[in-house]
Amino acid sequence: MRELTYREALYEALDQVMKKDERVFVIGEDIGVYGGAFGVTADLQQKYGKERIIDTPISEAGIAGACVGAAITGMRPVGEIMFSDFVVLSMEQLVLQAAKMRFMFGGKAKVPMVLRLPEGSGTGASAQHSGSYENWFVHVPGLKVVMPSTPYDAKGLLLASIEDDNPVIFCEHKLLYKTKGPVPEEMYTIPLGKSNIVREGKDITIVATSVEVMRSLEAADQLAKEGIEVEVIDPRTINPLDMEPITKSAIKTGKVLVVHEAAKTGGFGGELVSRIMESEAFAYLDAPVRRLAGLDTPIPYNRNLEYHTVPQVENIVEEARKIVQGVY
Amino acid sequence: MEKEKLIGGEFKPDEAQHLLYLMVLTRAFEENAEEMYALGKVHGTMHLSIGQEAIAAGASSALTRNDYLLNTHRGHGHFLAWGGDLNHMMAEFLGKETGYCRGRGGSMHIADVESNNLGANGVVAGNLPIAVGVGLSIKIRKTDQVALTLFGDGASNEGAFHESLNMASIWDLPIVYLCENNLYAMSTPFDQAFKIEEISTRASSYGIKGVTIDGNDVFAVHKAVREAAQRARKGDGPTLIEAMTYRWRGHSKSDRQAYRTREEVKEWMEKDPIPRFAAKIGVNDTEMEEIRQQVKQDIQKAVEFAENSPEPDLSTILEGVYA
Repeated sequence: MRELTYREALYEALDQVMKKDERVFVIGEDIGVYGGAFGVTADLQQKYGKERIIDTPISEAGIAGACVGAAITGMRPVGEIMFSDFVVLSMEQLVLQAAKMRFMFGGKAKVPMVLRLPEGSGTGASAQHSGSYENWFVHVPGLKVVMPSTPYDAKGLLLASIEDDNPVIFCEHKLLYKTKGPVPEEMYTIPLGKSNIVREGKDITIVATSVEVMRSLEAADQLAKEGIEVEVIDPRTINPLDMEPITKSAIKTGKVLVVHEAAKTGGFGGELVSRIMESEAFAYLDAPVRRLAGLDTPIPYNRNLEYHTVPQVENIVEEARKIVQGVY
Repeated sequence: MEKEKLIGGEFKPDEAQHLLYLMVLTRAFEENAEEMYALGKVHGTMHLSIGQEAIAAGASSALTRNDYLLNTHRGHGHFLAWGGDLNHMMAEFLGKETGYCRGRGGSMHIADVESNNLGANGVVAGNLPIAVGVGLSIKIRKTDQVALTLFGDGASNEGAFHESLNMASIWDLPIVYLCENNLYAMSTPFDQAFKIEEISTRASSYGIKGVTIDGNDVFAVHKAVREAAQRARKGDGPTLIEAMTYRWRGHSKSDRQAYRTREEVKEWMEKDPIPRFAAKIGVNDTEMEEIRQQVKQDIQKAVEFAENSPEPDLSTILEGVYA
């Protein structure tokens, strides 16, 4: 199969769905001639015009609100927030409007919108341009939260998110834009709420999201050389969360490590660990379920400090090894 | 019908009668709601528009039901004027399954999306960014609809007001921004929150038309909204209308009204929009009494309907969170 980058896969998804569905439009800052801060919309404005690839003033509340209003009147908007950090300026529209509207109106409205958030550290963009905030949205009933880790998932999950009748927060990792992988040319969707067993193994289960899936796979390669067989699971969507493969894997391996980039305290890992502890897997666990996550700090500017703020391959190798060796 | 046959140049006689009925109905509905609250039949809170009825009557009548309504938390009158059914509205107040929102929304979130009534909004200025999306949607679908967007003086000091009006103006979106300036944002008087005399002057920062009108005059409201809608449909973009009015009651049920004088309230009560409209359309006391009797009966029937309606079943508690 031909290979695309994560960025190209997202572009192709938008291109194909806009060709097919007139209700879809994209709205955000510098997404037209500029092509998006990370190049995802590229030349789409040339193809679809200014009415469907809409450059906005710097107005994040307006962008989110525009998506809500268009969605409730029959369109399928895709909003882009230039850096995920700036989503704080859209929060009222997302949390108090988009998420609750259907419920407040007695289930008689739908808000089919997608908001794309380029998130994560590793680019030297420092504290206000490097955050990972996905778990805030997991805590808001009415929103769905999607975190693709590969080009294949990026395309299939974006198309599924646009097709979905709910507001979807779509978290892209900035370090993943240049990663390559096989992507089918035709349109396809990956159902929201379907965990992916990325690698099979019998000694320990690693559940990782976004860029940490890539790092966990590298860690698994290294650990394999030591004779430790790692099973890597990528939930792909953290709300809805498909627990079944995770629970099954925990029963099989008896050891679980959860890895994400966002700060540990209040992060998604806590939720995942709780669900494992509440499941039938509890009786099969040989060790405490551990979390490896971002330090509880803003992302620093200094290259070395930045690197050591979030889980890297060597951290995952070390932590998984300790769990398997029975250190905890 | 020729222009000169219209009352005040705006309404056919039966239309004017109906608007008067709606104003009396709105007031009676809210007085009844207060009573039911006192009796413990309605819980939570509510924001009464008593004294502001002319705006709803004037605005909705200037648009078609193919247009959109984006309502506020003080929007009972607009809900009724848009064509809301009294029985199902009352049922929503009582939290019943037959309510517009199946008892999930209550007064502050009452909506009827099917009739393009996109709902009341509990967040001050919460509907302003949404209006941009509705406007864009209309523009992309190339229909000639208009989005009537209501808010109060308080909302025009939210950042969302600026983002919304700016986006709507640069893209010439078909939005009628109708600000109900009732002189108080909860307890904060207008002159304490604004350096300017008229909110409508802010329109000039967006290069759009702004007007301040007498919000207790149905005719003035109707005319301003009709003209704004005409401009919007022609592709000439949004208008900011500021309708001056006054709420007779407190902000919500917890308000002791320590921030204003009785004299001021009394003064405004003398500018009651209902008798003013009745006089202008030539309705006499006997006819007015007939309308009141009709309204009383309608409200009684609605209360009966609501009280006899089932409560939402507990098994449905999660319904509507996701589609």
